Amino acid sequence: MQVSMNINGEPITADIEARKLLVHFIREDAGLRGTHWGCDTSNCGTCTVWVDGEAVKSCTVLAAQADGHEVRTVEGLEGADGLDPVQQGFIECHGLQCGFCTPGMLMTARWFLDRNPSPTKDEIREAISGQICRCTGYKNIVDAIHWAAEHPRTNEVTA
Amino acid sequence: MTAVEEVPLSPAGNPIGFGNMKRVEDQRFVRGQGNYVDDVSLPGMVHGAILRSPFAHARINGIDTSRAEQLPGVLAVITGKVLEGIPRPDLLGDNFAWMPTLSYDTQAVLATDKVRFQGQEVAFVIATDRYIAKDALELIDVDYEPLEPVMDAKRAMEPGAPIIRDDKGQQDNSITDVHGHKDWESGNAIGTAEAIAAAQADPDCVVVTQEVMYPRVHPAPMETCGSVAFLDKVTGQLTLYTTSQAPHAHRTVYAMVAGLPEHKIRVISPDIGGGFGNKVGIYPGYVLSIVGSIVTGKPVKWMEDRNENLTSTSFARDYHMTGTIAATKEGKILAVDVDVLADHGAFNGVAQPTNYPAGFFHIFSGSYDYPNAHCKVTPVYTNKAPGGVAYACSFRITEAVYLIERLVDCLAAELGMDPAELRLKNLLRPEQFPYTSPTGWVYDSGQYENTMRLALEMADYDQLRREQAEKRARGEYMGIGLSFFTEGVGAGPRKDMDILGLGMADGIELRVHPTGKAVLRLSVQSQGQAHETTYAQIVAHELGIPPEDIEVVHGDTDQTPFGLGTYGSRSTPVSGAAAAVVSRKVKDKARQIAAAALECSPDDLEWQLGQWHVKGDPERAKTIQEIALLSHGSLELPDGVEGHLEATTVYNPPNLTYPYGCYVCVVDVDPGTGQVKVRRFIAVDDCGTRINPMVVEGQVHGGIADGIGMALMELIAFDEDGNCLGGSFMDYLLPTSMECPDYELGETVTPSPHHPIGAKGVGESATVGSPPAVVNAVIDAISPFGVRHADMPLTPANVWRAIQGRPVRVDMAVE
Repeated sequence: MQVSMNINGEPITADIEARKLLVHFIREDAGLRGTHWGCDTSNCGTCTVWVDGEAVKSCTVLAAQADGHEVRTVEGLEGADGLDPVQQGFIECHGLQCGFCTPGMLMTARWFLDRNPSPTKDEIREAISGQICRCTGYKNIVDAIHWAAEHPRTNEVTA
Repeated sequence: MTAVEEVPLSPAGNPIGFGNMKRVEDQRFVRGQGNYVDDVSLPGMVHGAILRSPFAHARINGIDTSRAEQLPGVLAVITGKVLEGIPRPDLLGDNFAWMPTLSYDTQAVLATDKVRFQGQEVAFVIATDRYIAKDALELIDVDYEPLEPVMDAKRAMEPGAPIIRDDKGQQDNSITDVHGHKDWESGNAIGTAEAIAAAQADPDCVVVTQEVMYPRVHPAPMETCGSVAFLDKVTGQLTLYTTSQAPHAHRTVYAMVAGLPEHKIRVISPDIGGGFGNKVGIYPGYVLSIVGSIVTGKPVKWMEDRNENLTSTSFARDYHMTGTIAATKEGKILAVDVDVLADHGAFNGVAQPTNYPAGFFHIFSGSYDYPNAHCKVTPVYTNKAPGGVAYACSFRITEAVYLIERLVDCLAAELGMDPAELRLKNLLRPEQFPYTSPTGWVYDSGQYENTMRLALEMADYDQLRREQAEKRARGEYMGIGLSFFTEGVGAGPRKDMDILGLGMADGIELRVHPTGKAVLRLSVQSQGQAHETTYAQIVAHELGIPPEDIEVVHGDTDQTPFGLGTYGSRSTPVSGAAAAVVSRKVKDKARQIAAAALECSPDDLEWQLGQWHVKGDPERAKTIQEIALLSHGSLELPDGVEGHLEATTVYNPPNLTYPYGCYVCVVDVDPGTGQVKVRRFIAVDDCGTRINPMVVEGQVHGGIADGIGMALMELIAFDEDGNCLGGSFMDYLLPTSMECPDYELGETVTPSPHHPIGAKGVGESATVGSPPAVVNAVIDAISPFGVRHADMPLTPANVWRAIQGRPVRVDMAVE
């Protein structure tokens, strides 16, 4: 079947099997390798992207379900004026080590801060509770998102 | 963040030496520009998928691949029979169906006669698309004849138990090491037995025996294992992109396994999405991607899914330990004896130095001063996945520390003594270092009591005990757990330590370009440890070159010198030392060149902040950057000094380094549900010199989370039929942000006397030290119910069972 979607502002159309997962479409058809695949069961969250502005786990969404929708991935976070504050926060607070969970963490973090710009650390912990990180023990990720909350974006990026 | 010595800052604001520095790696990772194995895409690349056994133990009577071969898009279906037909001209076997393990055992690449664990590799499909490859797996018909599975190490040792390794002509399920021993012993058996017997007869002494199970867990890095292989038939060059913590060692093994000339093999480990020991071994999937490329002539990608990762790649632990500790009633430890039954799964695939078949488990005497210790470790085969040394364990030191720290707490309970007081009474004293342990380790340095007192002070230990007493009076169950650990890391001295005959020394190359920028080429492999940042800091510290001017190259055997890779916390103790030594070689050469330029004797020069200057005349100086240009220029060099500014070295560590630490964990337990909440976790680590404290602390954080996971939730369990019950993240529970507290870290710094920069390595300290702290805290909380021990994982159900006086279940079976 043919699907068309807009990923990070770029239109893409491809002929795919109906069963193809969105994560594979993003990685293989759109060639955006920043979105990772980690578990198949929606537990780890490294595949998190936005569909129409909502954070979803792209290993449990069919590419066909995203047909006609707007998708944003980690590659779309950086603006013309530089890194998104969540990206900068992860650098400032050492919120990553191997980097594999990072794209999903960043997409969830930005989604969350757009809805709760001044969260408590407990609220941040809850927001990322659907994402697994094996390296950091989470403390620095929580600090990184908190840092980003204290450094709001100057340019609004829309999904 | 910890305070560090003042160091000068570079133009980019980075420390020219040790100190907190933002990671170079982060720039690509936060943009989604990392390059992991699954991101590799080569022209014409096709995809492989593995058919795995549904049975833990079964005879294979036949495999019919014809339906799979007819599926459009399928290029080839490879079975064990196909591999048996490919001759292999080497010393390790005569065909491709079997491969050597890192412990001188053999492992089936694809099963031919029997399957020996659920998830074992049975067939390999190569197709144009990964979905088609998976479809084809369902079209392969395997005629299995199920056999009785052996899922328990004790059952494996019983007379009449089914023989798992009949392929080797085994008469039982014991494992014989390369020296011909079935049991491995260390320490003084007679002295320990006599000391324990004497204590038993002495009314002023106590003897406590405790069975302690360290259950099977899995490293579960976020990136699963995989590879992309391409054998170029014109050049004969094999390029393998792979998830490897040890690319050079892997290349040598592939040369032996595949019979390919080593100079025609290039192993590339790009960015690795976490390793924790999971990516040390060589898996059949890697070999199959190579075979697939030989068969199809195309690049073949194999990427396992999460279920495959959890059920077939290196597990960890599975140690059945029985410890006996003897002490005086005043709390002076006299002796410890340990007996271990070690479940190695179906193939002895543990990765450890050859002469250490139980890894470094015999460091179990721990951080305490007593003369008599002995252990006996008996490894056995079972119908479980192979592996055994993985998951940030420092070669089984995790098991050792867990055992001794549980025994000390059991002893404290027996004596009615505070566990902190008992530890303080027995800790090694600073003047005892270098300390030779009863099992022969030579601990390099330590000021244990200082470290422990800092941890107690940070925790406000006495206040915690008062709070606990008040809460108990109200029927609330709070627990305080301690652990004190000593690791031996940085394997290791090549006279003692090798893997498959490869000595554990590591090479390094440093080249300073004419403009004063440098490139450092490492043998070790980061899986998130920030080598591109911290190794530049080591060179900066030694040579005064800003770290942003130093490129660190790793993960490509064509671009880096030979070495054994990153595991067992060995990068900083071995390769980090190499980085300092090679920098000093360059500095020595720079001195000769500076002397020629300044027309003085090298002896007249002294080093300061990146330059050689004439003693007493700092104005007559040449910076390292100026010297680099001079070394490439027309300056006449002294006899024996070659042009250019570069050096190589191979670092052979004289001893291990011995990081240590003291951890305090505070938990609240709901006795009605068995739910454990980790409220606080205090960790004081002494890993000697800290190159980048931010990175050190990050590794400690991660290790504590690992420990909380293992202590409370992680378990690879099996049912009686051999089905793995931990095959997805829905069943194999990992800690999330909700289970982990805000860690409280402290540090003491006792440099290693034999390491060039005094660093000890810290990558696994917290994974080693934290499980006993958590478990000790939970047991402390529920001790009013008469509980002295309960095995991990302390899930709500298991804590509840312990409170009810019922045995803990590690098989997750429904009663």
